[in-house]
Amino acid sequence: MTSIFASLNPPTLQGGRQKDTGEFIFPLPEMVQDNIEIVPLERTGTVWSYTVQRFPPKSPPYNHGEEFLPYIVAYVSLADQLMIETRLIDVAIEDVEIGMQVELTLMDFKRLNDGETEQIHAFRPIKEAG
Amino acid sequence: MSEVGIIGIGIHKFGRTPDRTGLEQGVFAIEQALQDVGLTWQDMQFAFGGSDAAGNADTMVSKLGLTGLQFINVKNGCATGGSSLYAASTAIKSGEYDIGLAVGFDKHPRGAFDPMPAEWGLPEWYGEQGYMLTTQFFAMKIKRYMHDYGISETSLGRVAEKSFINAEYNDNAWRREPISLEEIMSSPMISDPLRKYMFCSPAEGAVALILATRKKAQEIGAPFIRLDAAVMRTRPPKSFEVFAPAIENEITGTATQLAAKAAFEKAGISPKDIDIAQLQDTESGAEIMHMAENGFCEHGEQEQMLANGETRINGRLPVNTDGGCIANGEPIGASGLRQVYENVLQLRGDAGLRQVQNNPRLAYTHVYGAPGVSAVTILSK
Repeated sequence: MTSIFASLNPPTLQGGRQKDTGEFIFPLPEMVQDNIEIVPLERTGTVWSYTVQRFPPKSPPYNHGEEFLPYIVAYVSLADQLMIETRLIDVAIEDVEIGMQVELTLMDFKRLNDGETEQIHAFRPIKEAG
Repeated sequence: MSEVGIIGIGIHKFGRTPDRTGLEQGVFAIEQALQDVGLTWQDMQFAFGGSDAAGNADTMVSKLGLTGLQFINVKNGCATGGSSLYAASTAIKSGEYDIGLAVGFDKHPRGAFDPMPAEWGLPEWYGEQGYMLTTQFFAMKIKRYMHDYGISETSLGRVAEKSFINAEYNDNAWRREPISLEEIMSSPMISDPLRKYMFCSPAEGAVALILATRKKAQEIGAPFIRLDAAVMRTRPPKSFEVFAPAIENEITGTATQLAAKAAFEKAGISPKDIDIAQLQDTESGAEIMHMAENGFCEHGEQEQMLANGETRINGRLPVNTDGGCIANGEPIGASGLRQVYENVLQLRGDAGLRQVQNNPRLAYTHVYGAPGVSAVTILSK
């Protein structure tokens, strides 16, 4: 499968830009056609909306092999590109706000079916300088 | 083209019926519809129908009678009922048939739906990492909507409160106990800002509708509720729909808006003309957003409309008079036809204690679902 990452260090997602329309897509399709240019996505963005997943999703398809804890799901708007659906981490639920500045990071995700730990995309608040 | 309308309606109670399969509930609904208009299965020239998860509709012929009629299965997600109705109406409008049937039924296990990514053209990780939930979509859509248009959490509660009030007078509804606004607002948070009593649950139920030309209805002596529009639409570009790993920065339209516009054009009327509306209320935020997306108000006006009770049964525009999905639950294949069933009852004046007063003449239904489909009908008398 085509990776969703252009790079893991620093973490960077990759998407596609339709050469004719300029429209961005994420994730890349399995077969990337000639009319799509593969591009790295912005590493920072703003929270467009969010919610909290407070009950454990059914497995399958959910494939998390650790104790369930509620998690934050958000759409993060990447300037001049598109909005990405993502986990938000390193922030308390009550501190999340629409418009908040966030940056891409990686989080460990232990899989239920094979016990492996993989790194998945997530965003976290950008720490204010000073 | 022939005028087409609904002349018979049947329903199997929504909720949970452990001793009946979804197909059996479908058969029950068809028998009720035939009885409603005093016809038999042998009178039906064709049928369209389907379920999302309860089997093939055409197998019902083994219970209903092997008349050899044309019976086509429809599987179109939340638009299954609407698509069956559309197909049935065009079969009649074409002049090929003059009477036939649309049926929708379903039976889902308890708990949230568990769709698989591959069936929706999505990568496996989308489901594995916990994004494959319709509840998240509705929660994030209403969260942003509340931010943009000043809708309060209390308004979310008011929608659910109204659903349970209306369902108290609906023998076929699932949840018929009124629940106070306070109780709704203090029920557990499921997917912020939406709480337990603001969501519908997957459930069971069935609805059958008999359609005919006006001429046929007159021959039979059946009440004729005209179907002015039955429309199904898929999503436009730049829309925000269920199960989207990414969306465009600028959102400009929805499947609902396309379906609504097409339906009003076909019927030659505007939203102001509608007397009663059944709108997709997967959760209470959906009802609020769909009020505007279907054209019944401007974005943000819902706050005041709900505070004034304008969408209650005695209000200016009664919405979800049978309790909607919130009180009936959601059997995917049956929901859209339940709305039409309710509107036929209301237009006939047969809705009992939940009857909308002042002789409603124009009634509207709307469903919405994954992966961005919408179906709308307009009925008149």
